[in-house]
Amino acid sequence: MEMRAVYAACLAEMMEKDKHVCIVDADLGKASGTLSLRAKFPEQSFDCGVAEQNMASIAAGLSSYGFKPWIETFTPFATRRICDQIAISISYAKRNVKIVGTDPGISAELNGGTHMSMEDIGVLRSIPGMVIFEPVDEIQLRAAMPVLNEYDGPVYVRLFRKQSPVVFGEDYKFDLFKADTIKTGKDLTIFVSGMLTADAVTAGQQLAAEGIDAEIINVHTIKPIDRETVIASARKTGAVLTVENHNVIGGLHSAVLEALAEEKIPVCAVGVQDRFGEVGKLPYLREAMGLTVENIVKTAKKAVSLK
Amino acid sequence: MNYDLKEVCKDIRCDTVACIGHLGVGHIGGCLSVVEALAVLYFKEMNIDPKRPQMAGRDRFICSKGHAGPAVYATLANRGYFDKKELLTLNQGGTNLPSHCDMNRTVGIDMTTGSLGQGFSCAVGVALGSKLEKDGATIYTLIGDGESQEGQIWEAAMFAAAKKLDNLIAFTDYNKLQIDGTVAEVNDIAPLAEKWAAFGWNVIEVEDGNDVEQVEKAVEHAKLGRDSGKPTMIILNTLKGCGVQWIVDLGAGNHNSNISEEQAAAAIREIRGED
Repeated sequence: MEMRAVYAACLAEMMEKDKHVCIVDADLGKASGTLSLRAKFPEQSFDCGVAEQNMASIAAGLSSYGFKPWIETFTPFATRRICDQIAISISYAKRNVKIVGTDPGISAELNGGTHMSMEDIGVLRSIPGMVIFEPVDEIQLRAAMPVLNEYDGPVYVRLFRKQSPVVFGEDYKFDLFKADTIKTGKDLTIFVSGMLTADAVTAGQQLAAEGIDAEIINVHTIKPIDRETVIASARKTGAVLTVENHNVIGGLHSAVLEALAEEKIPVCAVGVQDRFGEVGKLPYLREAMGLTVENIVKTAKKAVSLK
Repeated sequence: MNYDLKEVCKDIRCDTVACIGHLGVGHIGGCLSVVEALAVLYFKEMNIDPKRPQMAGRDRFICSKGHAGPAVYATLANRGYFDKKELLTLNQGGTNLPSHCDMNRTVGIDMTTGSLGQGFSCAVGVALGSKLEKDGATIYTLIGDGESQEGQIWEAAMFAAAKKLDNLIAFTDYNKLQIDGTVAEVNDIAPLAEKWAAFGWNVIEVEDGNDVEQVEKAVEHAKLGRDSGKPTMIILNTLKGCGVQWIVDLGAGNHNSNISEEQAAAAIREIRGED
């Protein structure tokens, strides 16, 4: 299933059970997969039109009345465009609003540079009180949705909209604040988030064939990062690689570096090298930004060589 | 209980001046211009209970021009939400009375405001929430004239009309001044009534927004619009710094000005008519 379909199905279940769960969006119900919910839940679905600032603050107001709003739009407009509304109306005011940004990083594809957020995690990570969650696959997203809904506070959900390769098994157990170790290893740790997780797993197999035993950990919650798991794994393997569909400044790489600031461990990065996006399809964009299995393998070897 | 609203206004003005004077600096001008609106709401019109500040179905007031916090605190204290002595903690480290309204710190404050434009949107969300809950509450909000230059005000205005939020009554504190000069010079918002009408709102203009009887009548009139399918904007033509002549005379300089305890004491005598 497409990730947006899973997201919408989970929301529908929650809206059915609790009339205070609602969607507030900004003319992107169709893109977010939630348009069909409007007819089913007319008193729980509100379209602000193309007015993201208003969307964020309306949701904060609804939250003060006991509602549990989910706001949604494309990632750049869900973050950098409404940064102050998120900071003040939502987080500073301690409002229970879930913020869903779709099409993160290169997955904006044909919408190009204007719609391609390489900085959204960085923008929100410095706002106190924010939780930042980026799902890997439909299994993790399905497990996470009720947990996010129950969590009383703002969460940014960085949602890849389309079908994502399945990484987790049906027995997957989700803890919002614990990173998931996908594979244990001894030579280096690859911390990975979001849509590149399957690529990290593939890279791990190629590294194994070359005698490098990589530990692969999915950091689905980038803030607050699971410091305990990050530090313990880094100390065990002695070398670290971060892999993300985001600028290497401000996102997962920065979060891992901060956690490891007092450790003498090399930390290499696969991520967007402080540049804006551009138009193109995923294979082109992966190559252009260095978000490939080949580059993960190459950079992992570099991390090991720095031990 | 019936209050003498003119006396209430004097009390709110004096306490606002006293707490800002105690600190030595504050948003005095835009606090003094909104006193009549606050008195009418908290001492006559709103369905509230200071002993039960979280009462379900209560009317709410959201001060989108959050820098009028001190005047709101003076109003809440006079209405019995908390001890008037607390007013002197305004803006001191650790206070529950920060310069801009904070729903998580101050009893009786229903929304955190201060980043201009946002509180008004929040108020629209609150009005929508009240409609959905069918609790019959009236949601009041106050915006500044300078604040009306924010694009978010008009996003929210459009949405409130489109959703027929006739449980929402807003005020504009049209004192014609902002930090850098007159509103007309900086970026004119006129014709204001026509703008709100064009956005689908009922509009009531109050010739003197510092005449408590005129404000009272306007709110009574606005309440009649409850089933009109339209939100209502009450434009209050006010005087920034109203009640203290030397503060009025500072003009745009009274947005955030210094005031000594001696000046505050003299201002209080002037408000009380003792000079």
